[in-house]
Amino acid sequence: MSLYERKTTVERAIGVAVLVFVLFAPQLVSGFWMDTVLTQTFILGIGAASLVFLSAYGGMISLAQAGLMGIAGYALGNMVTERVEGGETKGLLLGWDPTLSVVLAVLLTVGIGILFGAVASRSFGIYFLMLTLTYSVIVFLFVSQVTQVGGFSPIAGIDRYTPGFMGDVVNDRQRLYYVSLAVALVVYALIRYLVRTPFGIALEGIRDEPVRLASLGYNVTLHRTLAFGIGSLIAGVAGVLFAWWSGQLSPSDIGLQATIQLLVIAVIGGLTRIEGAWLGAFAYIWISNEVTNRIPEGGLWLIGGSFNTVIGLAFLAIVIASPDGLMGLWDRIWNGLRGRGGTGEPAVATGSAGSQA
Amino acid sequence: MKLPRGLGTFDRPVAERIRAWGVMGTVPRVVAAGLVLFSLLYVIVIADPVVDVGSWRTTNFGSAIDNPGAFLFTLLDALTFAGLLFIVASGFSLIFGLMRVVNMAHGSFYLLGGYIAYEIQQSMTGVGFSVQPNEVNTWEWVLPLLVAMGAVALFGLAIQQLLLRWNQGQDLRQALITIAVSVIVADQVIAHFPRHVPAGTKPFGGNAVGIGWPGWTNRLVDMHIWGVQYSLARLVMLALGAAVGVALWLWLYRTRTGMVIRAGVDDRQMTSALGINIQVTFAIAFAVGAALVALGATVGTSQGNISQGQDGVWLLNSLVVVIIGGMGSLIGAVAGSLLFGLVTAFSTAYLPTAGADCCTQYSPVLTFVLMALVLAFRPRGLFGRAA
Repeated sequence: MSLYERKTTVERAIGVAVLVFVLFAPQLVSGFWMDTVLTQTFILGIGAASLVFLSAYGGMISLAQAGLMGIAGYALGNMVTERVEGGETKGLLLGWDPTLSVVLAVLLTVGIGILFGAVASRSFGIYFLMLTLTYSVIVFLFVSQVTQVGGFSPIAGIDRYTPGFMGDVVNDRQRLYYVSLAVALVVYALIRYLVRTPFGIALEGIRDEPVRLASLGYNVTLHRTLAFGIGSLIAGVAGVLFAWWSGQLSPSDIGLQATIQLLVIAVIGGLTRIEGAWLGAFAYIWISNEVTNRIPEGGLWLIGGSFNTVIGLAFLAIVIASPDGLMGLWDRIWNGLRGRGGTGEPAVATGSAGSQA
Repeated sequence: MKLPRGLGTFDRPVAERIRAWGVMGTVPRVVAAGLVLFSLLYVIVIADPVVDVGSWRTTNFGSAIDNPGAFLFTLLDALTFAGLLFIVASGFSLIFGLMRVVNMAHGSFYLLGGYIAYEIQQSMTGVGFSVQPNEVNTWEWVLPLLVAMGAVALFGLAIQQLLLRWNQGQDLRQALITIAVSVIVADQVIAHFPRHVPAGTKPFGGNAVGIGWPGWTNRLVDMHIWGVQYSLARLVMLALGAAVGVALWLWLYRTRTGMVIRAGVDDRQMTSALGINIQVTFAIAFAVGAALVALGATVGTSQGNISQGQDGVWLLNSLVVVIIGGMGSLIGAVAGSLLFGLVTAFSTAYLPTAGADCCTQYSPVLTFVLMALVLAFRPRGLFGRAA
């Protein structure tokens, strides 16, 4: 058995172990861990997976994903919430059917995402990153300034309106846990499937050699736009789940901080492999919980009370030391083993986005 | 400065052009032209102050034909805001043009510069939160400005030397590094500023504070057209923007350092192969870029205020200006600032007011429309060149 095959076997074994663990986790860990750490890991992981998908297979580091999540969440919040006597919550308060609203919210996100993607699809690399960052900030400004759909106070109580088959997620957090887990698995399988289709392979070709693919007759702009649309679909689903998980949405769930949070998650996990999205989400949420718990009363010396500085420092360290994140570190350990005694097996696929970064 | 090719050529007959574009090329152009035409018509004739509240024609001022004074006022707002935009964005563009570094910490530098200027002015005058202009003399405005510029320039220089010097050419990695810097700096600024607060008030991190303009700017200038009286402080803002533009042009096109910078923008390796120490040039350009954002922050804080969250706003502003104008181009930064300033000011003043709701602003949508329109036809911005 070659080293490359052995690595795949080890990864599969780890994958199965993780799957078994998360299936039974609600019985094994505390409610806080299940809800705050694991459910949030699945949801933010889906959001980060949309970014990793675009960057690993399309070479597009998109900072719009947090904005797209926000669009889906806000759309859902505006559609499902109803006017309650004495209730003071923001939004259009349309009070539509939750199932219909979820579909519409995701469709709206995909529509806006394709529009965003069409505008950005002719920009590459760093230009693409900047342009998509402006998308997130524009969405943030939109929901905070257009008071009909939001404004600065949050849209609350979204988690009270879930489709019938999901039941009550306010009191039974385990339901949301399993829904998020299932969606995360579906998204993972979808991405794994997509990148094996002719579309996915063409996308990888465009990532590496856009000019060559264009001269072979591929419509580069259209492929990139469609990939961005798929990314928005995934981000939209994550946004819906996040709205249920958090129960309320305010502009700060969308703005620059949320964008950076998603980017940090993707970079910690590694921008080259899909699995990295959930690994990064887990690491990020775990670190921020630990840091928040450990900061003493009155703050740390020099750093102050906020954990953003700690997150920023950790992010800086990762970008400097291992730009392709934890998954990149894992790949490099195996490559190191191969260098010492293994046979010349095919090198592990490392996306150009990561190796350039 | 060369005009983009094909901008002013009308040699081909219209019918032949449309045939060459095809459907996919013609439809976006027609839509874009229609949008631009409609917005111009809206501002000039359609907008109306007297229709029922809530109608799509109801605006604060009415059309330019009805109320030319308000139109001129809005135009001046646009131009003066463009001056501020240019000051901030030119630093961003300069750094990118030479080093290909997208400084995502630009907004955090703005925050830092604004709060430093505030603290210096407070220690000279001492009122708390904001000072009235008549309590500030010119020196009490210029010294905070200089200190803020120097401090932010030094800080930017340190960041560049420590974090960006050894990984040149890896533009994505450098962008990620500056994002990390922006998180840390913004968080630290909010944790420690403002330090001067009125007696009896508890310091609250990231509180909104303002700087006072010098007293002599605190008056209205009679423009002698349509009876418009306009704030001198805002005109000073425009003058500062123009001065920065002229100074940058003279520096880049009339001095030896500027020559080296332009050579470095065109071909970095060739320039250093000629025996020029390009690293020194990089350091100078980064420090100047950081100083410019501090200048912009002081001016912006004098006109409005500084508070947490402005880092994101000003990063967005800089990004939009350079995306529209084209990265690394001085004339592009001017054009981008003007266009963005016009769209912001006119959409604030002329978009229909939404019923009884006072505060709804649709201008972010128009910012996106502006970017989309420009990028649809010039993917690298108005004056951008291939990397």
